[in-house]
Amino acid sequence: MSDPQPTPGQTVGPFFHDALPYAGDSHLVPPGSSGTVRLHGTVYDGAGKPVPDALLELRQADAVGAIPVVEGSLRRDGRFTGWGRSATDAGGHYAFTTVEPGGVDGAAPFFSVMVLARGLLDRLYTRAYLPGASDAFLDRLTADEAHTLRAIREDDGSLRFDVHLQGEHETVFLRFPRHVQ
Amino acid sequence: MAVTDRDSAAQAGSPDESFEHELPTQQPQLEPQSRISAEIERQHASAAHGGHQPHLDFPPYRSSILRHPTKELRHADPEGVELVAPVFGHSDVDPLEADLTIQRGGDPIGERMVVTGRVLDGDGRPVRHQLVEIWQANAGGRYIHKRDQHPAPIDPHFTGVGRCLTDADGNYRFTTIKPGPYPWRNHLNAWRPAHIHFSLFGAEFTQRLITQMYFPGDPLFALDPIYQSITEQSVRDRLVATYDHDLTTHEWATGYRWDIVLTGTHATPLEREDDSNE
Repeated sequence: MSDPQPTPGQTVGPFFHDALPYAGDSHLVPPGSSGTVRLHGTVYDGAGKPVPDALLELRQADAVGAIPVVEGSLRRDGRFTGWGRSATDAGGHYAFTTVEPGGVDGAAPFFSVMVLARGLLDRLYTRAYLPGASDAFLDRLTADEAHTLRAIREDDGSLRFDVHLQGEHETVFLRFPRHVQ
Repeated sequence: MAVTDRDSAAQAGSPDESFEHELPTQQPQLEPQSRISAEIERQHASAAHGGHQPHLDFPPYRSSILRHPTKELRHADPEGVELVAPVFGHSDVDPLEADLTIQRGGDPIGERMVVTGRVLDGDGRPVRHQLVEIWQANAGGRYIHKRDQHPAPIDPHFTGVGRCLTDADGNYRFTTIKPGPYPWRNHLNAWRPAHIHFSLFGAEFTQRLITQMYFPGDPLFALDPIYQSITEQSVRDRLVATYDHDLTTHEWATGYRWDIVLTGTHATPLEREDDSNE
C-alpha cells in the first residue's frame, strides 16, 4: 500500500493573531525566575525591513539537556514544557523568556525554531545554536552560513537571534528527511 | 521569466501592504487580475511536475517576493527536540472550544456546518491527542482583527477561532459557520476563496503543518495566487474539503469532511533507510 500523500502547507496569512498567540505564550519559564535567559531578535525581509506579521515557535530541551514531554504546552503554570510562541511586534521583534538548553545526549545545544509569516507560503525550520557551538551539521556549512544559526550574546546577557527570510544574511533554513517538495 | 516582471512585482509587493483589505479603489496602481492570472499560468507552465508543496517563490502572490528564502533548504537529520512534539491535552483545551457557534452568547449568522476529518502521519498512522487550531472569517468574509478593514459586518456572535484535540483515532471535529470570500490588496479586485486556516502538530516537531482548507467548486480558485502557488492540480485538490451528506444534520448544519496528512515520522528504523539519501 502506498503511503498517504501529504497535505501541502499554505501561508499563515495576516489574521492569525486571535488564534495562535495567547497570554504568556512566549514565557517558557515565569519571568523573573532564576536562571532565565531572553532569546530575542528581529525577522527581516529581503529588503532588510522588519516583518511585523511573523510568528516563531520554539522547541527546546531544558538546562540539563532533557526533552520535556509534559502535557499542558498551552498552559503557563510553572511547568517547563519546552515550547512557546512569539508573534513579532510592529518592529518585527520577537522575544522568549526561557532557559538555555543543555545538549541532548552530548550534542551541541540548540533551540529548534519554526517561522511563519504572511507572504511566506509554507512554514520554515531553523536552529538557534548557543554562541560558539559547533557540530557536524554546522561544520558542513560555510562560516557565513553557520553564523546565521548562532545566537549572539548581548551585553545584557540575552541571546539575540535574528531571522533573515532573504537577502545577504539569509538564514539557513532546514529540510528534514521525509519532507517533500 | 523576465527580470522586468520581477522588478515591478517587487514594487507592488512592497512594504506598506500589511493592510490587505484596504479598498482597491484607493490604490489605482494595483495591477489587474488578468496580469496576475497570466503570471500564474506562466508559473504553472514552467514548474516541474510532482511538487507536493507550494512554491515559496511565487511572484503572483506579491507578499512572497521579499519573504521567500532564495537558497535551497538544507537537509538536516532531525535530532533532540526536533524529534519530540510538544504535548497538549485536556488541561489545554476545553471541548467547548471546538464549537465556534457558541462562543459569544448567541447564534452567529451564516451557514452552520460541521467540519471533521482525520489527521494521519505519512505512514498512515493516526495522530492521536494532538492539538488542532483553526481561524477563519465570518459569513460576510470578515475577520475579527484590527487590521481587517473589509467593510463587511462584524458578527458579534462569532470570533472565528477554535481548538480541539484529535481523538484516539486521529479524528478532529469542529462546528462553525461557513466563511465568506473576502477582498485583499494583492492586485485589483483580488478575492480569496472561502477558507479555514488550520494549524497541526504531529508526533515530532518536524511534522508541524500550517495550511488552509477550501470548499469544493469555489469559483475563485483559478484566480487566487495563494491556492495556485501549488502548481499541481492533484496536490491542490488535497486542500479542498468534501461535502458529506451523511455528516449533514436535519434542520441543523451542513457537513464537510477533510483529512489531513502530515509528513512521516523518523521513528521506525526500517524507514530510515529510505531517508538516508537526499
